[in-house]
Amino acid sequence: MIRIESVTKRYPDGTVAVDRLSLEIPDRSITVLVGPSGCGKTTTLRMINRMVEPSEGTILLDGEDIQRRPVTTLRRSMGYVIQNAGLFQHRTILDNIATVPRVLGWGKQKARARAAELMERVGLDAALAKRYPYQLSGGQQQRVGVARALAADPPVLLMDEPFSAVDPVVRKGLQDELLRIQDELGKTIVFVTHDIDEAIKLGTMVAVMREGGHLAQYAPPAELLSSPADAFVEDFLGADRGIRRLSFFPSAELPLTTGPVIPADATAERIAAADAPWLLVTDAEGKPLGWAEPADLTAGDIDPGRLLPHGRPFVPGTDSLRAALDCAVLSPAGWAVAVDDAGRVTGVVSQAAIGEAIRSAHAAGHADVAEVAS
Amino acid sequence: MNGFFDIPSDLQHSYAGLIGLHLREALLPVLAGLLLALPLAQLCVRFRWLYPPVLGATTILYAVPSLAFFVVLIDYTGQTELTVMIPLAVYSLVVLLPAIVDGVRSVPQETLAAATAMGFGPVRRYVQVQLPIAVPAIIAGLRVATVSSISLVSVGTLIGNQGALGNLLADAQKYDRPELAVNSVITTAVLAIACDALLVLLRVALTPWMPNGTRRRPKTSVRQPLPAPQDVTR
Ligand SMILES: Nc1ncnc2c1ncn2[C@@H]1O[C@H](COP(=O)(O)OP(=O)(O)O)[C@@H](O)[C@H]1O
Ligand SMILES: [Mg+2]
Repeated sequence: MIRIESVTKRYPDGTVAVDRLSLEIPDRSITVLVGPSGCGKTTTLRMINRMVEPSEGTILLDGEDIQRRPVTTLRRSMGYVIQNAGLFQHRTILDNIATVPRVLGWGKQKARARAAELMERVGLDAALAKRYPYQLSGGQQQRVGVARALAADPPVLLMDEPFSAVDPVVRKGLQDELLRIQDELGKTIVFVTHDIDEAIKLGTMVAVMREGGHLAQYAPPAELLSSPADAFVEDFLGADRGIRRLSFFPSAELPLTTGPVIPADATAERIAAADAPWLLVTDAEGKPLGWAEPADLTAGDIDPGRLLPHGRPFVPGTDSLRAALDCAVLSPAGWAVAVDDAGRVTGVVSQAAIGEAIRSAHAAGHADVAEVAS
Repeated sequence: MNGFFDIPSDLQHSYAGLIGLHLREALLPVLAGLLLALPLAQLCVRFRWLYPPVLGATTILYAVPSLAFFVVLIDYTGQTELTVMIPLAVYSLVVLLPAIVDGVRSVPQETLAAATAMGFGPVRRYVQVQLPIAVPAIIAGLRVATVSSISLVSVGTLIGNQGALGNLLADAQKYDRPELAVNSVITTAVLAIACDALLVLLRVALTPWMPNGTRRRPKTSVRQPLPAPQDVTR
C-alpha cells in the first residue's frame, strides 16, 4: 500500500502545489486523482516516484519511507505512463518496451522476448516491433507507453493523463484495455486525469482535488455520485450525475415479461392473445427486430422494414440500470428489451418497472452501492 | 617537371602526401573540438547558469584572429602543426558547443521525464537519450566545423610552411607557377565537399528513426555569418 501522509509541496517560486494531502492508496486496484488543471495532480504523482521531493510530510510504500530507497531502484519498481507516451524516438518499438529490463541488466534476447510478450498483452500487432515511434498512431504509441511501463513487471503503475491526447473512440478502447489488463495483472495503479467520466469509469477509489492541492473528497465513484461532499465536487461531477449514478446499479433484478414478444410468423390469434399496446417482433433465432402496434401487423407475414427501432438492448446481470433505462427511453413503446449473451430476447421491461427498481436501489443505501461498484 | 601535380621539392611531400597532411591538420582539431564539446555541453545543459558565460568566453575566442593566436602560441609550440591545430580546435569547439547544447535541449520534455521515471541517471540519460536524439544537430555542427577547418588549414603557410595544400599558394608565387594555386584551391574545395558528403551519409546512417520525406533540416545554432574561409587575417 502507498500511504501519503500530510504531504505539502511548495515549489521554489512559492507556489503551493499540494497542501497537507493525506491519502491511502489500496493495493491491486486503480486509484484515480481527478481535478481541474493546475490542482496538483501531477505533482502528487511525481512525489510517489520522487521526481518531485515533498517539502513536508512522508510517503510510505508498504510501510517504508520512500526516502530510504535509492531513487533509481524506487523508480524502476514503478511503471510510469504519460500523455503523448514520451517514447524514445530513436529506438524501435521493441527496444522502447525493453528499456527498463535492459537498464536492470537483462540480456538483449531476454529483454526483447519479454517486450514481444507485452506487445501482445497490450494489443499491438507484432509487425510493429521493428518500427519507430513516428510510424505509429497516437493510440498505438500510448499502448507502447503502457507496455514499456509494464515491462519489468513493477508492482506499481503511475499514469499521468495517459489517454488525454487521443480521440474519444481510441480513448475508450484504451480504457477498456487498461481495465482488462488490470483484471489479469492486479497492479497498484495511481491514475491522474482531469476527466471525471474517465475517473468514474476506471477508479475503484477516486480522489477529487481542487486548486491549491487540497483533497475535496476521497470515495468510491458510486458514493461520489450519490453524495458529493460539497458544492465544488457536485459542480465538478457535472449536470447528469443522477443518470450516471445508475451505472452502478445492477439490472439483474428487473422483472422481465415475455407477454408482448412475438415471432415474425405469429398468427392472428397469437397477436390478439398478446393483448398489449405495443409488440416486440423477433426473428427466427429470437433476436429483436422492432416494435409495432398490433393494428399495423399482418399476421403470418410481418414486414421487418415497417417496424420501429428497439434501441440498444441490455443484458441483465452485465449491464446496469442506466443501460436498461436508456433502452426504454429510446423505444417508442417505453419498454426496454433484455437479451442474453447471444442477443436473443429474454423479455421486456417497462419504464415504470425500471423506475421502481431505481427507487428501491436508492433505498438500499450506500453500502450496497459501494459493493456493486467494486 | 611543370605538371599540375608536380609538387616543388621544398614542400617535402607528394601530392597525395599533401592531401593526407591537410586532412590530418584539419580533422584532428575537429575531433578534439568534439571531444571537448560533448562533456562541456552536458555541463551547460545540466547547469543552465553555466551556458551564457561559457558561450560568451568561446565567442571571444572565436573573435581572436588566427594570426594573433599563432603569434602567442609560437612561443610555446614553435613552428609546428600543433600551432596550426590548436586554434582550429578552438574554432571547432566554438561551433560545436551551441550545436550540441541546442540539439540536446530540443529533446522533448516528455522524453526526458520518461527517462528519469525509468530510473535513468544523468549520465545514462545524456549518452543514451539526449545525444542520440541530438545527432542531426551535432552532425550539422560538424559539417560547418569540418568545412571551415579544411579551408583554414592553409593559413598555416605563415607558420613555417605548415599550411599543407595552402603551401602551394606561396609556391605558386615563388616559382611563378599559377597552376599550383589553381591546384591548391580546387583540391581544398574537393576535400571539403567530400568530407561534407561523408558527414551527410553518416547522419542518414545514424538516424533511421527520422521521418522519411519530411526529414527535416536539423535545427542548429551555428552562428552566422562565418568568416570567409581564406581570410588570412583571421
Ligand atoms: N516546477 C514548478 N515550479 C513552480 N510551480 C510549478 C511547477 N510545477 C507545477 N507548478 C505549479 O503547481 C501547481 C500544480 O501543478 P501540477 O501538479 O502540474 O497540476 P496538475 O497536474 O493538476 O495540472 C500549478 O499551479 C503549477 O503551475
Ligand atoms: Mg498534470
